Amino acid sequence: MTGAEQTRPRSSLSRRLATYFYIRPRLQLGTLLAAPSAWLIVVYLGSLAIMLVTSFWSYSASTNEIDQSFTLENYVEIAQSPAMRTIILRTVVMAALVTAATVIVAFPIAYFMARVASPRTRRLLVVAVIVPLWASYVAKIYAWRLIFSEQGVLNWALEPLGLRGPGTNEIALFFVFVYLWLPYMILPVYAGLERIPGSLLEASADLGGRPGRTFLKVTLPLAMPAVIAGSIFTFSLTLGDYIAPSLITKTIFLGNVIQQKLGQAGDVPFAAAMAMVPIAIMVLYLLVARRLGAFEAL
Amino acid sequence: MVHRTFRGLAVLSGFALAVGLTPGLAAAQDDMVTEVGAGEGQVSILAWPGYVEDGSFSPDADWVTPFEEATGCEVSYDIFGTSDEAWTKFTAGGYDVVSASGDLSFRLFENGYVQPVNLDLIPNYADIVADLKDQPYNTFDGVHYGVPHGRGANLLMWRTDVVDPAPDSWTTVFDPDSPYAGKITAYDAAIYIADAAVVLMATRPDLGITNPYALDETQFSEAVALAKQQQSVLNEYWSDYALEMEAFRNGDSVLGTTWQVITNFLLLEDPPVQVANVKPVEGSTGWSDTWMVAAETPNINCSYMWLDHVASPPVQAAIAEWFGEAPANQKACELTANPGHCDEFHAAAGDPFWEDVWYWTTPREECLDGRTDVQCVGFDAWLDAWLEIKGG
Repeated sequence: MTGAEQTRPRSSLSRRLATYFYIRPRLQLGTLLAAPSAWLIVVYLGSLAIMLVTSFWSYSASTNEIDQSFTLENYVEIAQSPAMRTIILRTVVMAALVTAATVIVAFPIAYFMARVASPRTRRLLVVAVIVPLWASYVAKIYAWRLIFSEQGVLNWALEPLGLRGPGTNEIALFFVFVYLWLPYMILPVYAGLERIPGSLLEASADLGGRPGRTFLKVTLPLAMPAVIAGSIFTFSLTLGDYIAPSLITKTIFLGNVIQQKLGQAGDVPFAAAMAMVPIAIMVLYLLVARRLGAFEAL
Repeated sequence: MVHRTFRGLAVLSGFALAVGLTPGLAAAQDDMVTEVGAGEGQVSILAWPGYVEDGSFSPDADWVTPFEEATGCEVSYDIFGTSDEAWTKFTAGGYDVVSASGDLSFRLFENGYVQPVNLDLIPNYADIVADLKDQPYNTFDGVHYGVPHGRGANLLMWRTDVVDPAPDSWTTVFDPDSPYAGKITAYDAAIYIADAAVVLMATRPDLGITNPYALDETQFSEAVALAKQQQSVLNEYWSDYALEMEAFRNGDSVLGTTWQVITNFLLLEDPPVQVANVKPVEGSTGWSDTWMVAAETPNINCSYMWLDHVASPPVQAAIAEWFGEAPANQKACELTANPGHCDEFHAAAGDPFWEDVWYWTTPREECLDGRTDVQCVGFDAWLDAWLEIKGG
């Protein structure tokens, strides 16, 4: 160690590295993103790929062994079994209804938050929307089970009116799903509406657009990508959920089949094939959404 | 520094040696263990809820701590809600011991997941009630594969304040025109198809069912049809008994299959839920459980120690009362807190209560009732049919 060396910090390793990356911006970016993108590729896409491969294997219940040779039998079974078709149809209908209902409930709330409420009220509302997400999802489903039960609070409240709740069935499940996923719709729609410049709405009004027309021709198209974003959450969350159906109803949905095949029968390949179904449905859904121009305003 | 590295290496190589040796040990167990040596320090148990309690759920229920203190075998355990779930968990590996009902034990044996048990090394086996020894669900080809644990029957429970007259037949839960439609409950497992078969044994003698687990193609499709028809009158399928209790408490279910322990718990509530149960006239399905040892366990000595511990009179008494079933060890009957427990649960040898109780057994293609002219429906088909039944 000599004094002369200490006065030349530029030659230290970190300085040299900094210079090296500074003059190679692409390499710099790549190195920064290497870890997160490796995580994304390996953990997310990698596991999906493994699932896809597994879905072409087969399982023998008598030997409890997985045969790793290529076969389409799981998909053939899904396509041919009337029970599976019923279950898939039931799940998709439920997901569509839940999505439509969350849009109808969420849009006015989001609109009020984004364009009407004072900043203070807006902050309170955002908190009000987010806070339920902090509570345990399973605890909330149990609570709903109790609410809908024979001697639950719903029947108690409806009794004076001579009415009764739906009981614990698919109708109750619909309400539970709408409750569970509503924040996932409100937040993106709120963010989307908030981004619409006020000048566009004023321009529409200046050009003679009545509020209804402005809403239909300006606000709604601009908010559509946000609605689609929210619907991806509500639709896919409903497609995959198995805990709410098993606690609220006696019927089974797509997720219950996967759970049963995986957790009870040990039929991993069939479960994997079944898990590809919601993915395929979501891909179709996004393609249709794009075709309808939902992303053009992005 | 050098020493530490060396020690680390030594530990590592020792570990590698142990890992490398394990398959060799397992292979050597081809026949049977001949003596129980020193404990390995740990044992991993897969069991029905309530069979392995270390005081963490209730300080009153703890038969793990005394075992750990006596043997030095640290117990880790995991639970399951149906035999099918146990099958998936156990065959994935990592467990030394499992409490297997009859619809699991044969599958484990047939696929080589469990090993023969040398009962001479289980002193408490001598006191096990004769009814449970050498049974088709714990003894295969004359070789013992485990120690009997206890038994119980699936019973018909109803809300006495709602259901009138009191039912005494399983047909009430399969009746499409039941006045209690929408408030009936059934067990959530493929083996429940046997409950439909038990009904058919009484109502459809023309089908010639002699064993609800030995169903040929025709008999099976009739049982499945009955179970499908039942789906429309059900409130829900249960496998978590806390959920069934809640459904009866709230009146969502007023009639359906249950375990004695569930009825007991409901009657003990304040105010008590008004329920009663009966073993219906058709007889019933039930369970008789066996403690089995994994074929390739690295903790064979601790496993044997657990098997003997869990078969001992005080532990048998504790589990039988905690879970609500008949203990396998006769001497447990003198130790139960409720002196009438063994009478209530029909624990005595040769109790006629069990004559029409069909213990859960894995259905297989060779008919269990001895028929050789037809093939019966194997369990994988039962599992598929179950999805179809529930899928509606």
